[in-house]
Amino acid sequence: MKPLLMLAAGAIAVAILATVPLYANGYQLSLAITLLNYTVLATAWTLFSGPTRYVSLATVAFFGIGAYTVAVLAERMAWPWILLIALAVGVAVALIVGLSTLRLSDVYFVIFTFGLAELIRQIVTWYEVNVTRTLGRYIFVGIDAADIYWQLLALAVLVFAAGILIRRSRLGLALRVIGDDETVARHIGINTTIAKVALFALSAAFMTLCGAVMAPRWTYIDPAIAFNPVISFQVLIMALLGGVHRLYGPLFGVVPLVLLFEFLLARFPNHFSILVGLAFMLIVYAIPQGIVGFVERLLRRKGAAA
Amino acid sequence: MSAALLEVSGLTRRFGGLVAVDDMSLALAPGEILGLLGPNGSGKSTVLNLISGALSPDRGSIRLHGHEIASTAPHRIARLGVARTFQLVRVLASLNCRENVLAGLAFGRDRLWGHAAEQRADELLARVGLAGRANTATTELTYIDQKRLELARALALDPQLLLLDEWLAGLNPTELRQGIALVRSLRGEGMTILLVEHVMDAIRSLCDRCVVMNAGRKIAEGSPDAVLADAEVIRAYLGDDDA
Repeated sequence: MKPLLMLAAGAIAVAILATVPLYANGYQLSLAITLLNYTVLATAWTLFSGPTRYVSLATVAFFGIGAYTVAVLAERMAWPWILLIALAVGVAVALIVGLSTLRLSDVYFVIFTFGLAELIRQIVTWYEVNVTRTLGRYIFVGIDAADIYWQLLALAVLVFAAGILIRRSRLGLALRVIGDDETVARHIGINTTIAKVALFALSAAFMTLCGAVMAPRWTYIDPAIAFNPVISFQVLIMALLGGVHRLYGPLFGVVPLVLLFEFLLARFPNHFSILVGLAFMLIVYAIPQGIVGFVERLLRRKGAAA
Repeated sequence: MSAALLEVSGLTRRFGGLVAVDDMSLALAPGEILGLLGPNGSGKSTVLNLISGALSPDRGSIRLHGHEIASTAPHRIARLGVARTFQLVRVLASLNCRENVLAGLAFGRDRLWGHAAEQRADELLARVGLAGRANTATTELTYIDQKRLELARALALDPQLLLLDEWLAGLNPTELRQGIALVRSLRGEGMTILLVEHVMDAIRSLCDRCVVMNAGRKIAEGSPDAVLADAEVIRAYLGDDDA
């Protein structure tokens, strides 16, 4: 009965969240959109990086691909088609990158994914400068903040549903085995390449869609905005702060950090990067297990003492 | 030898200038326990790694039921019915005991999943002496229990050929006796076993035949007593003066 109860609680929470645009003012809605944006990104990141322990900094590569696809195609076709094409591009890139890099381990993978985001940014910049002769594009689509909010909420529901289904599947177990010991994984019959690439592509699909949905927020984008590496780092730090061992873990990192960044950006706009860096270091040193892991350990200790 | 379950011939593997395995040949009949012996660094584990697919040979063939498996990906070899344990025990740390075995069941030959898999996992845990420990974290297991768990995970693949890499090393006398009985009971079920081992008691009481390696080459083959009395084997282990 417990899963049914969880499902009901989730449905009620989503229903309540869906009403936010009906009464929130402009600032509140904008903050809610930022929260949902990072919830989708950090949860999608955790889908792959949580169980496998492959730390990816490619988040913004896919987010940017989504956003840029919208910038290029806006006004040329119906919105669902644009989303579908963005999705196809994001997944195609993820499959190519996955097949060529998931053999790399540890720090090599981290650096490659970071380089990938930069590479895509440079290619887009080069193309815009040399071929289209304009750096930067305007996005005019009839999509307002409330529409973006609802789309992000739907995306968040999908990413959680995917996470729950994977967790209960063979694929979920395969990923946990890979995260523990890839050699053992191969020797018990797991095709580790397929498992990793499949999950990397799924995670990238959500990131790409998230970027596409968010694009109309900006009205103007250029490669430096769409492929801003800070987004990758923020997603990473949020997921780590929340905890990557549980699907809902990143939520506990997204909410406090989005609020903190909002505060820092308003109060210390010139020192923002330094302060974010400090926050990053503090989190990694103080709570390496993330908030969820920390609380779970605390509860267990309390249970043992009682 | 056409009825052999496993037939290795001319197997060679180099690491840079070092020839770790040099023109090795051996064969296992169905239901046989073959001991692979030799001093440290003689290439025993490399042979196991070549058979399990962890490494690809530079030359030579490995046939399972007559099918060539050399240079095949390890997950394919595992699905063909070859399971192994590791010299340094490798349990899956973030999974509990039952999940460790489930991992073997889910992707092995049977591809069991769900309730049937959990039941089978608990049976296998009981089989290796870990009954009632299904929900125990692997970090709480003693060394021998970790080895038992690793064996249960290998058995979950429902293997035809089991590769044991020093599975009996580091056990105390009581544990060793239990371990030997366990391996023997597997043979009783028709399993074919290739074991790399240093523990002489285990070799004498378990192995039908032994192959002895030194510096990557086969230097003796025969019954345990015969090879352990072989002059060249003694020279390989103890040096020239004692031979």
